[in-house]
Amino acid sequence: MYGLGLTIVGLARFQFAMTTVFHFFFVPFSIGMGFVVAIMETIYAVKKDEVYRTMAKFWGKIFLLSFAVGIVTGIIQEFQFGMNWSEYSRFMGDVFGAPLAIEALLAFFIESVFIGIWMFTWDRFKPGWHAVMIWMTSIGTMLSAIWILAANSFMQHPTGFTIAVMGGRTRIKLTSFGDVVANPQLWRVFPHLIIAAIMTAGVVIAGMSAYGLLRKKKGENHFFKTSLRYGLWVGLVGALLTIVAGDFQTQQMLKDQPMKFAATEGIYKTTKDPAPWTVIETIDAKGHKASHQVEIPKVLSLLTYHKTTGSVKGMNEINKELNNEYGNKKFGTQMGSELDFYPPAKTLFWSFRIMTAIAFIILIFDFLGLLFSRKNKDTIENKRWLLHCLGIGIWVPFIGNSAGWFVTEFGRYPWIVYGLFTISQAVSPSSTVGSLLFSNILYFLLFAFLGGVMVWYSRQTLHQGPYFEEKDSKQNVNPFAKEAFGK
Amino acid sequence: MTILQILWFCIIGLLFAIFVFLEGFDFGVGMATRLIAKDQDEQIAIQSSIGPHWDGNETWLVTAGGAMFASIPLWYASLFSAYYYLLMLVLVALIVRGVSFEFTKHAETKSGKNFWLWLFFLGSALAPFFLVMMLTSMIQGIPLNANGDATGLGFFDVVNWLSVVGGIAGVCLSLVHGLNFLRLRMEGSLADRARNMNKVLYPILFVGEVLFALLVIFQTDFFTNKLVSSLIITILIVLFSLLGYYGVLKDRAGWSFVGSGLSLSAVIVLIFNGMFPRVMISTIKGNDILLKNASNSEYTLKVMTIVACILVPIVLIYFIWSYTLFTKKINPKDNTVKY
Repeated sequence: MYGLGLTIVGLARFQFAMTTVFHFFFVPFSIGMGFVVAIMETIYAVKKDEVYRTMAKFWGKIFLLSFAVGIVTGIIQEFQFGMNWSEYSRFMGDVFGAPLAIEALLAFFIESVFIGIWMFTWDRFKPGWHAVMIWMTSIGTMLSAIWILAANSFMQHPTGFTIAVMGGRTRIKLTSFGDVVANPQLWRVFPHLIIAAIMTAGVVIAGMSAYGLLRKKKGENHFFKTSLRYGLWVGLVGALLTIVAGDFQTQQMLKDQPMKFAATEGIYKTTKDPAPWTVIETIDAKGHKASHQVEIPKVLSLLTYHKTTGSVKGMNEINKELNNEYGNKKFGTQMGSELDFYPPAKTLFWSFRIMTAIAFIILIFDFLGLLFSRKNKDTIENKRWLLHCLGIGIWVPFIGNSAGWFVTEFGRYPWIVYGLFTISQAVSPSSTVGSLLFSNILYFLLFAFLGGVMVWYSRQTLHQGPYFEEKDSKQNVNPFAKEAFGK
Repeated sequence: MTILQILWFCIIGLLFAIFVFLEGFDFGVGMATRLIAKDQDEQIAIQSSIGPHWDGNETWLVTAGGAMFASIPLWYASLFSAYYYLLMLVLVALIVRGVSFEFTKHAETKSGKNFWLWLFFLGSALAPFFLVMMLTSMIQGIPLNANGDATGLGFFDVVNWLSVVGGIAGVCLSLVHGLNFLRLRMEGSLADRARNMNKVLYPILFVGEVLFALLVIFQTDFFTNKLVSSLIITILIVLFSLLGYYGVLKDRAGWSFVGSGLSLSAVIVLIFNGMFPRVMISTIKGNDILLKNASNSEYTLKVMTIVACILVPIVLIYFIWSYTLFTKKINPKDNTVKY
């Protein structure tokens, strides 16, 4: 079931993972960019320093590119639950639809309407009022994150529901909407995600500015230096807070989904007390054992419980507990004769490590960047290696974001709704291997193409530089005319 | 059936009706780029006329989908899983036209811009075609099993006389609607060209509407089950179109725009009226999906009703405000519309 076999469930899972990962490249970036651009424009409105207007406009262009691809890859998600996961939609509709509809009504309308106004009113609105438009957009993107996470958090940790027969079919019935919104899972994931999103924007701005400085185009130094410092600060503070928020979230995971936690640490056998932290190891997922551990004593207890004692339960023991809890009651038949609640441990173990390592790498490089560009001892332009590292670093947070999402979603295996509904129960009975293969290939090619174009146009925007459009409007040339491009 | 269930059936209908009114002219504007523009400047000017609005307009579709999931999930599940290929094509069309706005202005060369403008045109033409095909196939009934899955869905359940004529009529009506919108938004010769084209298109549209009505009479049970209401709504569709035609002949763009938009919305009303109290019609006896079984619990519907009562008026206020900001007519030569 889990693997590359061309089964309906496997293909439906692959499609969902593929389309959401694509979507999730652009979502955190757009959330973060909206926020940082809003701050840039606010600084301009307050201080009237032209460079901040140029910054808001230039980085706003990158934001708009990301936003465009973000919405179109998102529109699939709204329908995909019905298309590929109809049994899930039937079972979960009473709980799951509401956050999605509220997301559309509350968040999507705000962001889509206000971004439209923002794009077209640079010359018409006063700076302060124009900044309000991007703030509305930014708030919209964050509200959207709250509601989609509310839906996702129910899947991770169901609250405020009961199982009932409705319209002749066993379904989840919502009993308390307040409980769904107050889900502790939601409020532990949200800060982690939002701060990581803002960090992503900071890292990209710093990286693109580093490339901008390397190009040494006349008159752009001040712009890119200001942007670089701004991006580095956002990245540094963001990375630090992301780690703190991540720790906060892990506490919840430990409580609600101990299996997921054990898998992220690659622990099969319950650890000794105090627990050592495994830096790396080899995992034999089939044999349910790990070997070749490189360990640091006591550290896992410290990370987990914030004290020097306490052991951490292993997957083998948790699997037994889960068997007792769910094995014979609800899922005896669906999960085969051999009851197996093990998540894909290798994926989780390494995703978690990649995610964490990336946060620390960003922390270190952004610190170095700030150190070498501080006001009285600014030597960063001579440190070409650092500028190159920051440039390549653009890609790093995207890998980190995806890895984090992998931990969250793969760790829920084998459930689609934790403890209530398995992934294989959820798929559309009308799906066929053929239809899924077709849609997988089509979406993949389309998204890869759009993602590539987005990156290409971002690069081109960087090469044109921040003063590209300003020049046009001063000469009063039609910006769409061929002559305006000077080629 | 409870009041709340009926209310939410109507709300979903209303959301779709608003969606086709708004996105209808978006689609039409997209098609107009290849039909009335003489050069690329004009094509881009036409595209920019909906630049600030298209995303907000499309959000009505997303909201309608979300509302379906939140209130009648069994409908959401059966409809979208049944029309897998068709809906996928709708989504792809919406995706390529959605990115074309942003990508057209980033393309540096004329041929680069031309590429995205072609996708804009194709997406704008194909999205309404496939979407209306889906709806007009749905109203004829498809082989749903007891679980509500269209496992035996055949090619001719989806592609048949009514759905193809419906799709073409939907595209034609969207185009007419988009041209009426452009008459309001463009200056000078482009507005004239839009009007002249509509002088030709309206007679064709009337033929399409009559053909569509005849096929609905013979291919669906709308006129056998609900003769009076279906007849009234069908007449309304034609009357609204006549209003639009009147506005074309008398050069009253506002009347035309309202007329063509309301004809589109009335098509949705016809469909929802005919479906009720079913949400999906099965060709297998006894497998119709009924509103009373398909909806969410009273509690969830109550929560959603409260949420909608609070949010929808607020949305409408800033949504309408955003339209009042962009009323200056666009001149493709002296383009003051900047991104």
